[in-house]
Amino acid sequence: MENPNLKYIRGRRLPHMFCQGCGCGQILTALLFAIDELRLDTSSMVAIGGVGCSSRIPAYLDMYAIHGIHGRSLAYATGVKLAKPELKVVVLTGDGDCAAIGGNHLIHAARRNLGVTVIMANNGSYAMTGGQLAPTTGQGFYTTTSPRGNIERPFDICRLVEAAGGTYVARWTTAHPASLIRAIKEGLLHRGFAFIEVVSQCPTIYGRYALGISDPVKSIEYLKENSFTKEQAEKLSPEQLVGKITVGKFVEKHLPTLEDKYLEMEQRVIGV
Amino acid sequence: MLGNYAIVEGAIAAGCRFFAGYPITPANEISERMAQRMPEVGGRFIQMEDELGSIYAVCGASLAGKKAMTATASAGYNYMQEGIEYAVAAEIPIVIVDVMRQRGENFPTQSDVMQARYGAAGDHEMIVLTPSSVQELFDLTIEAFNFAERFRNPVIILSEATISLMREGITIPNHEELRIVNRKKPIVPPSEFMPFRGEEDLVPRMSEFGDEYKVLYTHNPHDEWGKIAWTPKLYEDLYKRITEKIASKADEIALYDTLFTEDSEILLITYGSEARGCIEAVRMARAMGIKAGLLKLKMIWPVPVKAMTEAARRSKKILVPEMNTGRYFHVVKEVLGCSAEVISIPKNQGRIHSPGEMLQEFRKVA
Repeated sequence: MENPNLKYIRGRRLPHMFCQGCGCGQILTALLFAIDELRLDTSSMVAIGGVGCSSRIPAYLDMYAIHGIHGRSLAYATGVKLAKPELKVVVLTGDGDCAAIGGNHLIHAARRNLGVTVIMANNGSYAMTGGQLAPTTGQGFYTTTSPRGNIERPFDICRLVEAAGGTYVARWTTAHPASLIRAIKEGLLHRGFAFIEVVSQCPTIYGRYALGISDPVKSIEYLKENSFTKEQAEKLSPEQLVGKITVGKFVEKHLPTLEDKYLEMEQRVIGV
Repeated sequence: MLGNYAIVEGAIAAGCRFFAGYPITPANEISERMAQRMPEVGGRFIQMEDELGSIYAVCGASLAGKKAMTATASAGYNYMQEGIEYAVAAEIPIVIVDVMRQRGENFPTQSDVMQARYGAAGDHEMIVLTPSSVQELFDLTIEAFNFAERFRNPVIILSEATISLMREGITIPNHEELRIVNRKKPIVPPSEFMPFRGEEDLVPRMSEFGDEYKVLYTHNPHDEWGKIAWTPKLYEDLYKRITEKIASKADEIALYDTLFTEDSEILLITYGSEARGCIEAVRMARAMGIKAGLLKLKMIWPVPVKAMTEAARRSKKILVPEMNTGRYFHVVKEVLGCSAEVISIPKNQGRIHSPGEMLQEFRKVA
């Protein structure tokens, strides 16, 4: 029997290029469940990614897709959404693509409340290029470019997006599939800048070298064991939360989007 | 009309309905007028967070079916090379204005003539237009959109601080008199549509976001269906087509004016604002009995080899005046160096050669 979600895969072509046990497959699956449960019309959707493992997800989706340049997915998305606000735009990106090289586009897309859904996989490293230090790598962890341990502090990207003005912000992990699908559905329905961080395992590189866990199942268990809900986290001290993952929905509010405001202004201009 | 405004009006006449930009002198008036004009014509304007944002927003809008443009000046144009590379590979029609300025200062220059052609990574051809007056800024902006739509390639308008900030009277024709080119749309159902298969002219048809064709755009090597695929032969064929679609039409699409080239013995080859003083210089030389001629290029890339060869057929001396250290001279030398002496006349002081100065140069070689 064929997987019912295979109809959302471009040319029904599998397998994908992700390593065995990579979280990108789970993120792709969660997105397909969300699209299916919402019965979205994929011909009015555009998937956009930059460069990196997770940014390759758009290439597998049976919809218009941009497999773009590293870091620029939200810049493309701004042009697409403003040109045709009726399109549903979903951005699939990673922590390097979105928060390092694309950080400027991220904060400004959030500030503008651009009506797109961003799903950012966070595996704590640059996996496609061989496991270099990322802005999300935990302090003290060993990567190929922090061979004596990371001396920098990691970025809390959900807090960044919240501060920049994102109107839907949530974090889950690949160990929370049901919550993740629910969050993606909420994100796809949200009118405004929706940002969903998915903490994800990389058993091939970061798991093996930084965490010492190369088994995919153990990687997912590690995510589960180190996750606290927002409510649990509030009772813990900052020291206790070092290296831990706080999951939950942090922001959900309704404000006019960039494209709403533009169309409103356009109407005023043409009406005069 | 101000030069930068003429660019905006030309763009709107050509059908431009999306503009993204980032502030930089001397291109600011383009953004400012676009911010004013776009909502009036049902178009979209956005000031992005940087030039990278601008070039990719423009790519996204073009894929969504809008004719789209950005404008910047030399330092900002550097950043855009990354997006130009993408637009070449994914075959996205976009127009980029580079109002050239000197490094770190806002003085006029023509020093981006090589970057405009070779700045982006990877195999590519580039169409680069070099207007010399406010009228030409208007006319050539329309041509830029027409070329972008026809070839599905980025097109560069290489303006200069000199002409972009100059005011001159211009004639704007009625819209019906303008020749406007639009990208070819698919004519087969989605199951049969090969989005990266060139037609006879090597240019593929182009769908737009929101229709049924669901194309994947990528700068990775891709087959004619758009599927990411890597084989050495496929890669070679892809970039052969992407470059040949323009290179094979270089002489057909060339834009230039000539003056007294039928019998000229000393030929000036020039482009952009430099042409302004040269026209007068050639007339003065003729009055003095010097058989001078002028080839004024309104498009410097692809190289108009036929136009150069024909204009230079009786000339033994070719002078190439430029407002830089002498860049395009090398191109002219490559084309005509075997049949004539090609001499670089650089003047890199933020101002063009005066007719008198050029006359001196004629006298030196006459």
